[in-house]
Amino acid sequence: MLRVESLVAGYGRITCLHEVSLEVGAGEIVALLGANGAGKSTTLKAISGLLPIRAGRVVFEGETLNSVPAHQMARRGISHVPEGRRILARLTVDENLELGAYARSDRKAIRQDRDRVFGLFPVLAERRRQLAGTLSGGEQQMLAMGRGLMARPRLLLLDEPSLGLAPRLVEAVFSTIRRINQEGVALLLVEQNAYQALRVAHRGYVLDAGRITLADTAEHLADNPSVRSAYLGG
Amino acid sequence: MTPLELFAQQLANGLTLGAIYALIALGYTMVYGVVQLINFAHGEVFMAGAYAAVFAVLFVGVSGAPWGVALGVAVGAAVILCAALGWAIERLAYRPIRQASRLNAFITAIGMSLFLQNALMLIGGATDRQFPAIVPALRWEVAGVTVTLIQLLVWGSAAAMMAALQWLVMATRLGKAMRATAQDLTACLLLGIPVDRIIAVTFMAGSSLAAVGGVLFGLQYGTINFHDGYLIGMKAFTAAVLGGIGNIPGAMAGGLLLGLIESLAAGYLSAQWKSVFAFGVLVIVLLWRPTGLFGERVADRA
Ligand SMILES: Nc1ncnc2c1ncn2[C@@H]1O[C@H](COP(=O)(O)OP(=O)(O)O)[C@@H](O)[C@H]1O
Ligand SMILES: [Mg+2]
Repeated sequence: MLRVESLVAGYGRITCLHEVSLEVGAGEIVALLGANGAGKSTTLKAISGLLPIRAGRVVFEGETLNSVPAHQMARRGISHVPEGRRILARLTVDENLELGAYARSDRKAIRQDRDRVFGLFPVLAERRRQLAGTLSGGEQQMLAMGRGLMARPRLLLLDEPSLGLAPRLVEAVFSTIRRINQEGVALLLVEQNAYQALRVAHRGYVLDAGRITLADTAEHLADNPSVRSAYLGG
Repeated sequence: MTPLELFAQQLANGLTLGAIYALIALGYTMVYGVVQLINFAHGEVFMAGAYAAVFAVLFVGVSGAPWGVALGVAVGAAVILCAALGWAIERLAYRPIRQASRLNAFITAIGMSLFLQNALMLIGGATDRQFPAIVPALRWEVAGVTVTLIQLLVWGSAAAMMAALQWLVMATRLGKAMRATAQDLTACLLLGIPVDRIIAVTFMAGSSLAAVGGVLFGLQYGTINFHDGYLIGMKAFTAAVLGGIGNIPGAMAGGLLLGLIESLAAGYLSAQWKSVFAFGVLVIVLLWRPTGLFGERVADRA
């Protein structure tokens, strides 16, 4: 479904991805692990067109995305829920969700999808008319994910969805990830919480200083001694 | 005239000037909202609207037609030209430097303003120009106050356009995308919002309001000059800052307030010093409320 081939990207004169290759199959959850600064977010930004690709290719459903502008990714079936959530604080919850479907015009299906999002995150339905900035951190994360789903993506890129959340909410986020996946959406999941990520993921990659150093099934990665010592606390 | 009638007359005059300031101030504030840039060329766009109306009326030759048709031609020409100008300014001058520093943006904006001022002088002439009297000089006495048809047109069209703008920004998909772009451009790209197009439309909408302001200004004051754009533009910018730059109701309130202050200052204190009072009020308000009357954030980018 998604194939990233020898991707090179960076900022200014600095190159921080060195020939990164990875794949996400239809219906899969793939975890992208790595230390802070390894290049995980950069990888997602390059896939979704926020950052120019310097070499290599991003192929989605058979089409090369290298020169597709970021604002057309949603229309092509890729939704990127960025690091830090980036909800629109001075718009209401409803308005945030409505803008999540900006690329679409099928009003009836949009309403159905909104109800589906409210089913996944009932608290959002309660807070529909509230300004998004007044939500708690956990609720904002739910809104960011819900908004990402409003584009009805076939691939969801999630960047650190559990960051800064209380343990109970972390559990909720991961069970939602599973439910989203069960509805047929493939996910590329960037996480610092490697333990949880490897529990939901089918496969995973480890990124170290801009290079993929390991690629395996989630089970094998969770048993891998170097992964255990580096990301799972021994 | 009794003192009360005189006061009411000054209020009526102030509301007329203020409505024109408000229409122009909206363009400054909308553009600042989406790209955090003060478009100093906006005063020239306003003036270009007035000139477009003059030339359109001359060339089309509306002398036999009803005045409503003539006014339609004037407004139509002004809006079309200004919307195109707003689009071109954004596309050619500001978009290429959107990632650049504040200083670059500031210098580009000043440069654009000077360029357009000189273009207006070359095309429209350096001397005062009569604005065609397309609206009949009807006037009514209401409780001792003289109200002209032109004033009614100014108030009516300004109120209608502000209501339409408020509806556009708050209730439509486009308006929501504009507010979203103002908050987080990157997030908007990820939602599939064509941010470049939203910004271009914002420039065009602000320029169209200024175009109508230009026609109303010409009708009300009878003559126009290429450098009116600079002074009126600065006043309208002041009004936008007074209300809180980036805030749409703030620009409306700031414009009306500034018009009233100027008119009252001219009537009771000194006509020559009215601009001093206008800018003085700005200084006082900013000392007391640095973000303006309605604003949340300080203007921090050229
Ligand atoms: N906007 C930016 N400008 C310059 N360098 C950046 C920027 N964002 C990230 N970097 C650098 O790129 C590298 C990879 O960052 P990132 O992809 O955010 O890492 P991760 O998400 O794995 O923590 C880091 O060295 C980081 O300092
Ligand atoms: Mg990151």
